[in-house]
Amino acid sequence: MRYILGTALLILSFAAPAQAVKVEEIKTDKGLTAWLVRDTTNPIISIRFSFKGGSALDPTGKEGLAELVASTLDEGAGKWDSRVFQRQMEDLSVQLRFDAGRDSFGGRLKTLRKNRMAAFNLLRAAVTKPRFDEEPVARIRGQLLAGLRQEAEDPGSVAGKTLMKTLFPKHPYGRPGSGTIESIAAITQEDLNNFVKRRLARNNLVVGIVGDISMKEAAAFLSETFGALPETATPWTLPDVVAAAAGKTIIVEKPVPQSSIMYAHEGIKRDDPDFFTAFLLNHILGGGSFTSRLYQNIREKRGLVYSISSYLHSMDWAALIAGSGGTANARVGETVTLLRKEFNRIAKDGITKTELSEAKTFQTGSFTLRFTSSGRIAGMLVWMQLWNRGIDYFDRRNALIEAVTLKDANRVAKKFLNGDKLTVVVVGQPKGLKASQ
Amino acid sequence: MVFKRRLKLFVVAGIALIAAGNSSSASVFNPETFMLKNGMQVVVIPNHRVPVVTHMVWYKVGSADEQEGESGIAHFLEHLMFKGTKTLGNGEFSRILAKNGGQQNAFTSTDYTAYFQNVAADRLEMVMRMEADRMTNLVLTKKDVVTEREVVLEERRSRTGNNPGALLREQANAALFLNYPYRRPIIGWEHEIRSLDYDRVIKFYRRWYAPNNAILVVAGDITAKKLKPLAEKYYGTIPAAKPIVRNRAEEPPHNAARQVVLKDRRVRQQSWSRTYLAPSYKFGNRNHAYALEVLVEYLGAGATSPLFRSLVMKQRIAVGAGAYYSPGELGPSRFGFYASPKPGVSIGKLKNALMAEVAKLLKGGIDKGEINRAKQRLLDEAVYARDSAGAGARVLGSALAIGMTIKDVETWPERISAVTMAEVNAALADVVNDRRSVTAILLPEKSTKKKSPKKGAMK
Repeated sequence: MRYILGTALLILSFAAPAQAVKVEEIKTDKGLTAWLVRDTTNPIISIRFSFKGGSALDPTGKEGLAELVASTLDEGAGKWDSRVFQRQMEDLSVQLRFDAGRDSFGGRLKTLRKNRMAAFNLLRAAVTKPRFDEEPVARIRGQLLAGLRQEAEDPGSVAGKTLMKTLFPKHPYGRPGSGTIESIAAITQEDLNNFVKRRLARNNLVVGIVGDISMKEAAAFLSETFGALPETATPWTLPDVVAAAAGKTIIVEKPVPQSSIMYAHEGIKRDDPDFFTAFLLNHILGGGSFTSRLYQNIREKRGLVYSISSYLHSMDWAALIAGSGGTANARVGETVTLLRKEFNRIAKDGITKTELSEAKTFQTGSFTLRFTSSGRIAGMLVWMQLWNRGIDYFDRRNALIEAVTLKDANRVAKKFLNGDKLTVVVVGQPKGLKASQ
Repeated sequence: MVFKRRLKLFVVAGIALIAAGNSSSASVFNPETFMLKNGMQVVVIPNHRVPVVTHMVWYKVGSADEQEGESGIAHFLEHLMFKGTKTLGNGEFSRILAKNGGQQNAFTSTDYTAYFQNVAADRLEMVMRMEADRMTNLVLTKKDVVTEREVVLEERRSRTGNNPGALLREQANAALFLNYPYRRPIIGWEHEIRSLDYDRVIKFYRRWYAPNNAILVVAGDITAKKLKPLAEKYYGTIPAAKPIVRNRAEEPPHNAARQVVLKDRRVRQQSWSRTYLAPSYKFGNRNHAYALEVLVEYLGAGATSPLFRSLVMKQRIAVGAGAYYSPGELGPSRFGFYASPKPGVSIGKLKNALMAEVAKLLKGGIDKGEINRAKQRLLDEAVYARDSAGAGARVLGSALAIGMTIKDVETWPERISAVTMAEVNAALADVVNDRRSVTAILLPEKSTKKKSPKKGAMK
């Protein structure tokens, strides 16, 4: 086996005694890549990985396929049926689970160092030889259906699904990743097998490894666990899409005391040169919890909501700025008016120098707080690879934040934020608000 | 995704640590502790992996310490603690902290209220200065109180009002505890939240917030030696209040099984649960607490749980089934079984099937090998807890706040290892007593057809 080593140092600046976290790159001759942070503090290994291509690729009428696969991969594989597989996980205290995102299909493994070989065997079997036996598939299908029934009771879930459907009426992003009662029922064992054959491959896989494992052990893990996957996934592409229904208000009637509000408009993609500027603007507008403008003006000053926030939702083929809140039915009109107003105010008047500098010192100063567990660090290693941020991202990240100027911020605010273009979905029995025609 | 393993309730000592595998060496948190002259306990959990600290102040007051008619006041005060003090303007604490790259929040439980910040280690002193300041110098306006009360009412609507399952849990809780104050929801009853005003809040604050009723826990890149002078400077100079006593109404004997049924037209997924009054680390037959922890690890742990295997996998009548228990309470705890039916399966059938499994367990059906496996999983979980920067602070803070000792936490692995089959059987037999139970059932309300106006009644 041949390794190509690349190294980058993460300097956790800000705090006086700078400490280095070393990110190392491992490549195997089968084209597999992983990023590793070795940390021997505890006898634990955390591994996160992700296959590009997620639930947005579910065939029409089979929405929820990626989700059903994610929930059944650990229900029997190779020579182990569901019970034996689960029993090994429990007895070895191995935590293994999979999750389906819109653009990627991910997994996470956590094991005690002493049980690592058995844990790696379980993972290899799950991704290369899942069984999809009748009993576990039926059982998990039943659980997903129960989950869908519960989501139908929850105004926030209904608002989220309605919003995506409204923004992307003709794009797979508009479909629910968790499927529908009908589509979950329509998925066959052949669909599950095809998913594994087509979507889990070496060329669309990224891996992050953190913990008590050497470079050599990590390389062996990588090769032995994922080496048997097919070389390439079935190629795919989706069209880029711009959010539809700008400025519309949609009301879904539900008998609840508090209306759930979800909103969004077109955002900025993560490879856009203005991305970090938009990131800071969002922090000032609604991303920075207790200090944001939305929190201060809608919650603190008026007591209209318990939570109100915004975030950048950057996907492979679309980008949004989105957010949510909730208020008593009688106060929905006032809350939505204020929300649109705050978007317009920041676009028109911009932000202050102080706001920008405080957003920067928060973002640069709090970066270290993300390194609080091996799993979180492994998650960052995966995300950095998915987003092409480069192995030296930890080093460069704070400089990217620092480089944003007030002029940039106000230019981007003007072009990016517009309260009149927000698509707003309200689930409840709102007063003082009219649905768009 | 489907959560196959019930999320572990982070029971107080449930994530205490041990060197992997065996019970001989305990004390893996290795906290240091000292007492300030005014009676405030300080706990330090060094962890030098990254140059950050978690700073927590725990007050030994929670919703179960409220007076009758003032439910929700402990939680309401927690919200108001983010307003100003004599020297800091409204919201300035949050702003200064954020500017320095710190994050903060707070939470209220039945037995304690805690405030925490995560921040770079070299900003710790600034945080201590501000947290100590608001222990006794809070300044509120009547407008703050009125506005924040609206926020809390929105919080109640989103957590409870909008969620039929949460409404049912609230009712079940009020039915289980006949007299003990755990019967009240932490967030408070809506009509009582509305009655909380400036005077009541300030009175509550003055009564409970004092150094001799608080615990400081700092975890992360710090040592006791470095922390001590700072703790003395900021917290040690606050005068102690008169001794503070927690008086809790006692629970009378339970003589009748209770049942609460919520029918709500929002409900799409039915559920059933039965909860029993149970001992905790600090209440009732405390020795049973450890045995019940092991038992619930066996019964509650997903695909190898006998309840799950029977109802979900073999009989295929349920989408989920298991058990729950959390011993980290100052007062009595709860032990329960739950199941959710597949569509078309009646609640009665589901209940009978689940209780039949419980009956088997009671008749000596608990497998010794499974109990040993459950014990090992609990011990392994303790190793994982070490991986998270703030876990030690949460475990030790909540344990001390309910009157446990550091030693109780540090010897938890030994207690778990020592649990015997006889103890598990005895604990189960003792806790499963219908007279001390509440059964809670969540059902959809049959659509009451909107009657078309009767002929001739139209005007």
